[in-house]
Parts: sequence; structure tokens; C-alpha cells
Amino acid sequence: MTRPLLELRNVSRAFGGLRVNAEVSFTLGEGERVALIGPNGAGKTTLVNVITGDLAPSEGRVVFDGQDITDLSIPARVKAGLVRTFQITRLFTGLTVAENVALAVMQRRGMTWRFFARATFTPGVREEWRRILELLGIADLAARPVTELAYGQQRLLDLAIGLALNPKVLILDEPAAGVPHDEAPKILEAIDRLPREIAVLMIEHDMDLVFKFARRVLVLANGRLIFEGDAGAVTRDEEVRRAYLGSYADGRRRA
Amino acid sequence: MTGQHTSVEPRLGPPAAVRQLAVPVIVIGLLGAAGYLVFPEDLAFLTRLISITLLVLSLDLVVGYCGVATLGHAAIFGVAAYAVGNACIAGLADPLLLLAVGGLSGLVMGLVSGAIVTRFHGLPQLVLSIAIGQLVGALSNKLSSLTGGSDGLSGITPGRIFGVFGFDMFSRTGYLFSLAVLIVVFIVLTRLVASPFGLLCRGIRDNNLRARMIGAAVYPRLIAMYGVSGVVAGIGGALMAINTGVVGLDSVGFERSAEALVMLVLGGAGSLWGALFGAIVFQLFEHVVSAANPYHWLTLVGLLLVAIVLFAPQGLGPAVASRWRRLRRAGARP
Repeated sequence: MTRPLLELRNVSRAFGGLRVNAEVSFTLGEGERVALIGPNGAGKTTLVNVITGDLAPSEGRVVFDGQDITDLSIPARVKAGLVRTFQITRLFTGLTVAENVALAVMQRRGMTWRFFARATFTPGVREEWRRILELLGIADLAARPVTELAYGQQRLLDLAIGLALNPKVLILDEPAAGVPHDEAPKILEAIDRLPREIAVLMIEHDMDLVFKFARRVLVLANGRLIFEGDAGAVTRDEEVRRAYLGSYADGRRRA
Repeated sequence: MTGQHTSVEPRLGPPAAVRQLAVPVIVIGLLGAAGYLVFPEDLAFLTRLISITLLVLSLDLVVGYCGVATLGHAAIFGVAAYAVGNACIAGLADPLLLLAVGGLSGLVMGLVSGAIVTRFHGLPQLVLSIAIGQLVGALSNKLSSLTGGSDGLSGITPGRIFGVFGFDMFSRTGYLFSLAVLIVVFIVLTRLVASPFGLLCRGIRDNNLRARMIGAAVYPRLIAMYGVSGVVAGIGGALMAINTGVVGLDSVGFERSAEALVMLVLGGAGSLWGALFGAIVFQLFEHVVSAANPYHWLTLVGLLLVAIVLFAPQGLGPAVASRWRRLRRAGARP
């Protein structure tokens, strides 16, 4: 495996008496493409929130790039290169597409304490947001207010903001959620074009997307990691079938 | 479409910078000249209008650009006015120095109340802002040695501007002085809200969590913007004290805070031009209507507000701007 970047050591998270994550451990290496799947209520989003610092784990440690980040604030984690996108898009809805990405670029560069400088069109900043929008194929939308975008385009913008932060690890929380089915491949294409050195952890429901994207798959059920391994092997695993894929296979047969 | 691309990249360099400078000077200058011609006998009213306009601009910085809910902003305005009044009575006569005193005390008040108010969100935030306003109001009433209590603080007689232009009883000097201050403040704020800091504040307003998720520390930014807003409100309060020579309890009161918020919503929060026009339209309307019909003018103000909310819910500024854009687009078509 490549150099490990993100490592979870026995992470548990409980809400009152309810244990949503239990003793989850895994490692994500540089440039890896890993999918985290699991049925509804398996604790996927909670796990993501623990990794990004939205929630503190009840037990266990989160290690990033050799440093224990369990007690680090959200902004500090982002600065270190741990970046996420959201299951429900969270954009700066009063700004244009270009401003959304430019803001992330300027924040990363430590420019946001400047009171009288130019913002979006500062040389350097301008080139960078344009490059990112071009990479994701939404450069022609740069001047549009976010509220005018179709949902699929909003998802791509969400991804663009993530990229603007120069992530080492990018966590995509259901990047195709809510997107019309025929637009989902476009999102995947965009994800495919991400720089190779970025490690990507994708939380996803759509199994077609998972198999196209990931070489390695993690399966979470009832808060526990019940499978970790090859994408090809996941469908053959008996426990996974029982917990999750049964419904998927049934769904396929019916469809 | 080629038009799309030019709007992505507005003219940069000197033209943009010149425009940022020239447009406020011309527009506010013309409005000021018009006011001088239409109300030559009422310059004192226009001078007061400018002080309140500064309060509304200040409020826009926190409400419109940061999404903070506050109904206590006049506390900053009023405390600065009292500070300026006391400084003047103590012997500091230079109007520019008095402005500085106002800005500085506004800064301190802004930082303190910002540190408290932006700790919370939504309704608790709103209630807290009202509480601060009430507290300052009650203190102003009690500390009559500093504020004159309910009689107001009087005897404020500032000296000449640059040692040359004295304040006359027709408020001519005061009016021009206030107008100049408004223009300068407006230009500075135009630059501020277009800066990276201003953009981040708007981002925080739109989505607080996402702002943190791009690595931004939100709380210090909000306090900083509150500080800037405090300076602007403080300058407004200073002008009020300098021009009228009296500071009353109404300067810090809840009613003034609420009225400023109404003006801001009327004009369109989140836009400096909106704040400017909201403040001007509301106060002119109030002035004209209350003179024409002293009994029912408040009813008419209420009707105006209902009409605005129904027909231009985003405020006058955005409504006029979008009309204007549509007109220009229609005109551009052959």
C-alpha cells in the first residue's frame, strides 16, 4: 500500500446509549480510491462527521498524515488537507460560482484578513479557480449566481470548492445524491479527473457508481466495519450479502 | 455567448478602481446637491438624515453582509454620540478629532457587543442584542452626570473645521461636512465589502458551517466586521452630536435601532446602495408625510412598508437594479 494518510484507530461514537459507530479501524493511503458503503442507518455519515471534526469520537483516535488530529478543530483539519463535500450541497448561495471557489482559494492562501484588496479577480486567484472550474467542466458557469444552477451542477461546484482547498484526502459524502440518474455519470467523470495524488473516500449508495470508482471497498453495517477488501470480492462476501447487498441484488432482479 | 464572458471578468485595474471612487462621489454628490436645492430651509433635517444613514450603513455590514440579527445597533451610535458630546464639553473642539473620538468609541462598543452577540444565533442572538440596547439605554438614563439623563446632554459647541469653517445656525457647514464624511465612508465601505474579507463575511452569512469547512475561523471575522460597523455607527453618532449640539436618550433607544432595521430592509440588506436608498427614502417619506398630515403619517409609513414587502420583497435597491438591468438589456437589443 502507498503511504498511509488517514488512519482510524478503534473509533466509536455513541449518542446516549445508542452506539452509532463501534470500533471502526481502517487506513487510507495516498492516491487511493476507496468506497464506504452500507445500508441506511449504518452510521456512515456519523463516521464522516467524526473524521472531519464535526463530532468528537466517544473512543478511539483519528490520525492524519502521521499526526493525531482527534482533538483538532474543523478549520485546522482543513488546513492540514482533510477536506469533505456534503451529502446535501452546502454552497455560498448569495455568491456566484466563481466567488464560491475563489473564496476557498483565498482562505487556503490565508488572504481573507485583507480588508482592501481585490477579491475574486486577484491575479493568481483568478487563474486557480478558473483551472478548477475547467477541470470539472463548469467554467462556463463562472459568472452565474449559485441559485441558478441545476442540482447536478451544484454538486460539481461543491466538489470544486473541495478541490480549491488543495486536499490530501477528499471525502465525498454521496456525491451523486439527489442528482437525476442520467446525470450521475457526469459526476463520476469529474471525480475520475481528480488529480491522482489525492486520496478519495467516497460514501455512496449507488452500487454501479461504487464499482466503477473504487478498487477497495469498506462495508459498514450497524456501526461496525464488516468487510474491507477488493471491490470484486465484496459481492461474494456472505456477511455483506446478508447485511446489505441482498436488497441490492433483489432490487436488480426486480428492475 | 460573448456577453457571458465579459461579465465573468469585469474591467480590471484602474477603470474598476476609478469607478469605485467616482460613482459614489457623483451619485451621493448629486443627491446632496438636490437635497440642498429642494430643502434649503431644512438643512438641519438633511444633516440628521445623513447621521442616520450612516447608522443604517453600519447596520447593513452586520445584518446584510454577515447575517447577524440585531435590534440594538443604536446603542453603538448613541454611546459614540455621548462620548463625542463629553469630549467636546471637556474642551476638545476640533470637529475632525471629535469624529475620531466617535469612531473610536464606536469601535470599542462594536467589538464588545459583537463579541457577545455573535456568540449566539437566531432568536437568542436577537434577544441578546435587544438586551444590550436596553442596558445601554437604562445606563444612559442613570448616569446623568455623563449623559444629562432625560434632559439630554447639551452645550456641545464644536470649533471650526480646519480652523476655518464654523458651524452656522442654518446648518450649511454641518450639511456639507456630513455629506463629505458620508461620501468618504461609502467609498471605504465599497472597497471593504468587495475585499477577500468582505467576501468571506458574505460566505459566513450564506453558510456558516461551509465557511468553517473551508478552514475559516468564523467568530473572529464576525467580531472584526462588528468592529468596522461600530466605527461607522460611531461616526454617525459623532455627526449627530456635532451638528445638533445635543444628545438625547432617543439616540440609544430601541426605537432608533428598530427604525434603522426597517430602513435597511426597505432598501435591501446586503447592498450598500440599498442601505443608502432605504435610509433616504424612508426619512424623506417620513418628513414629507408627517408635515402634510401630522395625524395619520405613521399609518402611511406602515402602508409604504406593506407595499414594499408585497412588491419588492428584496428591498428597493435590488428591485431598482433589476429593472435597470432589464431596461439596458432591452435597449441593447436592436
